[in-house]
Amino acid sequence: MTAEQTIDQVTILFCGDSGDGMQLTGAQLTNTSAVYGNDVSTLPDYPSEIRAPAGSLAGVSAFQLQFANHEIHTPGDRPDVLVAMNPASFKVNLSKLRTQGTLIVDQDAFSDKGLARAGYQQSPLDDPGLTSRYRVHVVPASTLTLKALEGLDLKRTAKIRCKNFFALGLVCWLFDRPLDPVLDWIGKKFGLNKDVAEANRRALKTGYHFGETSEAFDVQWQVQAAERQPGTYRIINGNEAIALGLVTAAQLTDKPLVYSSYPITPASDILHQLSKWKHLNVRTIQAEDEIAAMGSTIGAAYGGALAATGTSGPGVCLKSEAINLAIMLELPLVILDVQRGGPSTGLPTKTEQADLLQAMFGRNGESPLPILAPASPKDCFDTAIEAFRIAVRHMTPVFILSEGFLANGSEPWCIPSISELEPFLIQHPDDPVGFHPYNRDADTLARPWVLPGTPGMEHRLGGLEKQPVTGAVSYAPQDHAAMCQQRADKVERIANYIPELEVTGNEQGDLLVLSWGGSYGACFTAVQRARRKGFPVGHAHLRYLNPFPRNLGDILSRFDRVMIPELNSGQLGLLVRARYLRDVVHLPKLQGLPFSVGEIEEKIEDLLV
Amino acid sequence: MKTDPESVKLTRKDFVAAQDVRWCPGCGDNAILAQVQKTLPEIGIPRENIVFISGIGCSSRFPYYMNTYGLHSIHGRAPTLAMGLKVARPELQVWVVTGDGDALAIGGNHFAHAMRRNIDINILLFNNRIYGLTKGQYSPTSAFGTRSISSPDGSIENPVNPVGVAIGSEAAFIARTVDVFQKHMSEVLKRAANHHGASLVEIAQNCIIFNDGAWAHMTDPENRQQNVLYLEHGQPMRFGKQGEKGIRLNGLTPEVVDVDQVGEENLLIHDEQAAEPTLAYLLSRMGPPDFPIPVGVFRAIDKPVYSQRLMNQVHTAQAEKQPDLEALFRQGECWDVS
Repeated sequence: MTAEQTIDQVTILFCGDSGDGMQLTGAQLTNTSAVYGNDVSTLPDYPSEIRAPAGSLAGVSAFQLQFANHEIHTPGDRPDVLVAMNPASFKVNLSKLRTQGTLIVDQDAFSDKGLARAGYQQSPLDDPGLTSRYRVHVVPASTLTLKALEGLDLKRTAKIRCKNFFALGLVCWLFDRPLDPVLDWIGKKFGLNKDVAEANRRALKTGYHFGETSEAFDVQWQVQAAERQPGTYRIINGNEAIALGLVTAAQLTDKPLVYSSYPITPASDILHQLSKWKHLNVRTIQAEDEIAAMGSTIGAAYGGALAATGTSGPGVCLKSEAINLAIMLELPLVILDVQRGGPSTGLPTKTEQADLLQAMFGRNGESPLPILAPASPKDCFDTAIEAFRIAVRHMTPVFILSEGFLANGSEPWCIPSISELEPFLIQHPDDPVGFHPYNRDADTLARPWVLPGTPGMEHRLGGLEKQPVTGAVSYAPQDHAAMCQQRADKVERIANYIPELEVTGNEQGDLLVLSWGGSYGACFTAVQRARRKGFPVGHAHLRYLNPFPRNLGDILSRFDRVMIPELNSGQLGLLVRARYLRDVVHLPKLQGLPFSVGEIEEKIEDLLV
Repeated sequence: MKTDPESVKLTRKDFVAAQDVRWCPGCGDNAILAQVQKTLPEIGIPRENIVFISGIGCSSRFPYYMNTYGLHSIHGRAPTLAMGLKVARPELQVWVVTGDGDALAIGGNHFAHAMRRNIDINILLFNNRIYGLTKGQYSPTSAFGTRSISSPDGSIENPVNPVGVAIGSEAAFIARTVDVFQKHMSEVLKRAANHHGASLVEIAQNCIIFNDGAWAHMTDPENRQQNVLYLEHGQPMRFGKQGEKGIRLNGLTPEVVDVDQVGEENLLIHDEQAAEPTLAYLLSRMGPPDFPIPVGVFRAIDKPVYSQRLMNQVHTAQAEKQPDLEALFRQGECWDVS
């Protein structure tokens, strides 16, 4: 007899070989759960090799998601359910499963060959300790899938490939999810290939019915829908949200979007996405290298387009000189860095936040520019628009520091209507009377964005130091001092145009958790939990890293201690110390993985006990 | 770019910027500047629609002296800025001014790709076979054995030929002229400006300080006629004081012959529109001591232009699909919460 049990949230980890379709399986459960009404958050984790040797540890691909009956901000810490499709993925991921969690493995993959490829002498499934630690379900997924697909005109290997849908069906039953969204998707995806569509449909249903009838599973869990603000929703990841944000800014300003980029993980998807949107006057360039991508972005901005380039840390290294030219020319453009593990080639598919100081200081000379960092996948949309607003209003290149974790992670997004978005007007001066290329706006210190083609305003810009106002080349001591000061002041004054920092939880007292970027969700959740346990702690999250919000110093002064969790060795900490002369407690992490809630909660408790 | 000299009446003075020219007196750059300023009115593009973009080096100061729109960018990257500008504003006339170090050393990648893509820009490559602004190091076009401040025992590097690089990069318009050949330069500049697509003009330019006389065999009035081959489309290749010498093809190898002996009908005929760049490549290899140096238009063929192809795709997409941003927001599965 199967019992029904209602729970608030669950974390599931699908893992298998790169060829086992785990990303697709995870994405389908994400979608199904979101449509069902849960809040959802995901963490895909895949190797950088296109096809590592089959069954090897290097080739393990995983997809973690959490869904809940309330608002959540992370993909979950330790999974409650682990689905391992082969021995290698079992080996890599078992330790993540929480004690008494549910373990589902494909028995058929644990053959002698499969075990040997993962480096096992004997099957780990024979370990008697396994069943005492976890609820173990050893399921002949491949055999059952093959059997269900008998009579279909497909090769054996093609049939076995459907076993991920078997696993998905089984998990759908386990959490009482409807199959319709997946069945719809299969219809759309494989519509033309009737046999493959039918095979996946059958595998899905077979998995579902296996859960229902095998009696191996004694509990079926319910995770009710979460309360959400009314609206139309979709699932969105950070890269999609950035692409949409960039094109939205261009549409709001009635300008073409020029996006110039060189392929690099994990930013390439933005180029792929934007190259499909030419009907919205999006013009993409696949440049010959990172430098050319930056140079052409400057050229496009000079011509009056909304111009952006996207890359990852190694690409920023190459772009640095050209970024400095944009600072010197004072042209509006956006540089997106989807951060990954470094240094050098580092960990192409893993996440990190270690490019903050590179964005801040990684150029010759005094070269300030504003830096923004999105807090979540959906926040990438607003951040992209905000970056362009700042770029144009203050005539400066703007950095967006996204992260691999945000780029590939997804969550539901309440789709805005365009009429709700703040208007965004751009004017180009065309009156030659009294025009000087470096005559600055009294409030923002922005110089005029005059476009080539404007009669009577022909002027020269360049990377050489210049005289204030006229922009004529000058190496005079007082001119260099004045221009350095003006460029710095211009960026500093952006603080007058951005929202003040907010504190959630305790607004003063013992401990403030100060976070930035994609660590928002883990920090927010950890502080919430710690407060429920009675720990007096506050949380503030920085979306603006340069300049800092005006009230940051004041907030810092209200707390005895400030703890900064960062996926680097303490870069924001360094900036905060330098700027405000106050000590901070570092919580660094350099594992290519985002923070778990538990890690931050533990640190909060350590500090407050 | 279409030109209409009648509609805009400009003179040389209109293109002179109110900025003191700071090149060395006697530098070939001054002669090139004067020719460009003199020729632009004849090309007839309104001043505000012209942009000069440069990299770094002596030649790259050029935009400061032109009363047009101008960008003095960073070393070797001018073609990338030009590409972005043409993508945003295909209607502008964009000139890239570069040198042998800027285009062929630090910027070799962009130089090649600008021509491969056929970006509609005019590239003026001032080739003085030396680094001037950094005070005299050998460059990628310096002859083997060149003694310079960074090669006191003679350069051990093989030089590269800009025209050859352009051919290898699939350039559709390639020409060469000389700083002191004023009329010739003016004609070549007009041809380059009127060519639709990437145009490369190599300008042999004398650096009076660090490499004086690098092109003397061409510029010395005594020897000019026998050392220079003026290329003219459809004409037999003749040179020498009386045109007494010519170029004949022996198999795949060109040779210098006496016209009287072999007859003009047996000389190689210049064809700048040849579908294959074979002839242009043969010409690019000619030079002293065995051959004259060809100047003029090596190659001028029609080829689709990058920004035009891009805008064709944009316009096709716009014709096929409504520019509906909200539809993009709703891509994939959506659901309503009420």
